[in-house]
Amino acid sequence: MRAVDAIVECLKAEGVEVVFGLPGGANIPTYDALYDADIRHVLVRHEAGGGHAAEGYAKATGKVGVCLATSGPGATNIVTPIQDAMMDSVPVVFITGQVRTDLLGTDGFQEADVMGITMPAVKHSVMLRHPLEIPRALHEAFYIARTGRPGPVVVDIPMDLTRADIPYEPVEDIHLPGYQPTTEGNAKQIRQAAKALAAAVRPVLYTGGGVISAGASDELRELVEAGGFPLTCTLNGLGSFPAPHPLWLGMLGMHGTRTANYAMDEADLIVAIGARFDDRVTGKLSEFAPRAKFVHIDVDPAEIGKNVPAHIPIVGDARNVLPRLTEEYRALGAEQARLESWWQRIHAWQERHPLRYDDTTDDEIRPQFMIESLYRATDGDAIVSVDVGQHQMWAAQYYHFRRPRKWLSSSGLGTMGFGLPAAMGAKAGMPGEQVVCITGDGSIQMNIQELATCAQEGIDVKVFIMNNGYLGMVRQWQELFWDRRYSAVDLGRWPDFVKVAEGMGATGVRLSSKVTLEADMREALETPGVVVVDVPVTAEENVYPMIVPGGAAREMEG
Amino acid sequence: MGEPGTPELLSLEELEASGGLRTGRKHILSILVENKPGVLTRIAGLFARRGFNIDTLTVGPTDDERYSRITLTLDGALHPIDQVTKQLHKLVNVLKIRDLEPAETVARELALFKLAVDGASRAEVLQICEIFRGKVVDVSRRSITVEITGTTDKIEAFDRMLRPFGLVEMMRTGEIAISRGRAET
Repeated sequence: MRAVDAIVECLKAEGVEVVFGLPGGANIPTYDALYDADIRHVLVRHEAGGGHAAEGYAKATGKVGVCLATSGPGATNIVTPIQDAMMDSVPVVFITGQVRTDLLGTDGFQEADVMGITMPAVKHSVMLRHPLEIPRALHEAFYIARTGRPGPVVVDIPMDLTRADIPYEPVEDIHLPGYQPTTEGNAKQIRQAAKALAAAVRPVLYTGGGVISAGASDELRELVEAGGFPLTCTLNGLGSFPAPHPLWLGMLGMHGTRTANYAMDEADLIVAIGARFDDRVTGKLSEFAPRAKFVHIDVDPAEIGKNVPAHIPIVGDARNVLPRLTEEYRALGAEQARLESWWQRIHAWQERHPLRYDDTTDDEIRPQFMIESLYRATDGDAIVSVDVGQHQMWAAQYYHFRRPRKWLSSSGLGTMGFGLPAAMGAKAGMPGEQVVCITGDGSIQMNIQELATCAQEGIDVKVFIMNNGYLGMVRQWQELFWDRRYSAVDLGRWPDFVKVAEGMGATGVRLSSKVTLEADMREALETPGVVVVDVPVTAEENVYPMIVPGGAAREMEG
Repeated sequence: MGEPGTPELLSLEELEASGGLRTGRKHILSILVENKPGVLTRIAGLFARRGFNIDTLTVGPTDDERYSRITLTLDGALHPIDQVTKQLHKLVNVLKIRDLEPAETVARELALFKLAVDGASRAEVLQICEIFRGKVVDVSRRSITVEITGTTDKIEAFDRMLRPFGLVEMMRTGEIAISRGRAET
């Protein structure tokens, strides 16, 4: 068969139902094969939108996302999504067209060194040299993307290869000698960890996106409830544990709760599960959790001991490790009463330092109030994608997630422009779910063109723009640390998002009444089609509490 | 050290201290990789990203044609080396990495020395070559080229002895290394 038909067969064999992309000269043959294939292709308006859509699809469904781009500019446009998927461990296969082999390295039309440009940003990448390599390379790409610590894989296919006539047989015997993730977890180490938990009097469980990737939320809950342990989540780990919950301390880190950060600071044992001690979590590293010993459970051995020393390292998949840890812990019959004074201390923090903001006395909408209203309007059960900045932090603080894969955030790379395409990808993968995008007036403009894609494809996402007229997070830093010298953060009054929405084939509404906000949001959510909701909020509100830059976690402000 | 987002000025000393990865301890990493395009770039890129300066690097075939052996030497504190070897392990095309213990390793390097030697000093040079078990591989009226193998120390000693005779140029391969005893490297 044609090599391009073999590509489509590979996708089908991998269970791919939706792909996101945009054709160009170098992948016209592939698009010809897609023309009558039984795979939905979502034609994005910019490849970056396609890459983030594939991420959103993967994050919401747990399946591997697929993004197609042509050579040269098509491929360079997906560099940001590739790095984004790398930082947040999102399984996505990017298939790029490349100029034909005899033009390679000659600065041919729309040629770019895709392998070279993406190399530091991928879990793996390969440029094919022979058409017969195509089936195996694609199956390996899916295998590498979804196993171990998930991540992006790039397959670069020169155009002449795709025009060859090759046989296709599904490849099932994948054996990569240099790639054998450790997923089991060492039994002795797990026992040690259980003992450490049983001996700890001030333990904290600290969980990240790894728990969600592993599909280990139920297993995590078992452990937490078995021991009555306090638990905090990273930004990327929101939804790994049902929130709110009596054992949940909220998010930790720069804009986490005081309780979570204080608990980490005073803990005698921190059990990190699928989390990587990012600088936004630790604050000043030398003063991070000074009294704690660390159990670090991660499928990626390179994360263990990278930023903090792991006293008990466990390399393994959380889904395998956690049930055994719970079992070992139960067998030790630890006295629950030992945690009583710890919980008293935690409850005192929770009482003294709840997340709070000064609400307005007039009709002005505080950003936090906007998120709370949306939380209620969606009954706390929507898939929520966010962009990056203040709105992202407020969403993380005030929207709670009862289940995993409901929260789609560009957490590691912090990519403005992620939110809308990610929501689009999630909705394409989970058409039965309510999908909302919470974004800012700055972020939305970075991939706003995808509104047209959503409208054309009937992907009914609801977009809520927290509009404060600023690049708010940078403005906040300039206010707090740079003497209010607001350099290049004022976005002015444009565009008119209601008009933009209408031009893009969506419904646009502006909600400025605080009193009716929740009801108006419900109405917007029930409006068929793509809806853009512009919500003017307090212009100069700050995200608090905050670990000041370079400060220790216990020195939170605000 | 201050955060990049704050207006606090950073002293140059602070900036330099934060990048202080080189401690003078030498490491020989022996890396078995799949013989595929781009593997060397991936490995070199990992070191470059972490600010390592690779001292020597050799790549060659092994007894199995599917694999190549990369031997590289560099300076570094143990911890950063540990992090970089873990990152190397994550490369799909990398099969095995050994941070070779100098005492349990045989390491060799080959060097070629071209010397501007005429009749008068030639005998003396040949005598030194003999002591070092060097081999003359080319000779002309105004030059002599010597091949020598050995440890890095030996080649440096040879260099010091010969340099005064008029060194035109010198080329070194970088070390290859194999573990002592029956066990595979």
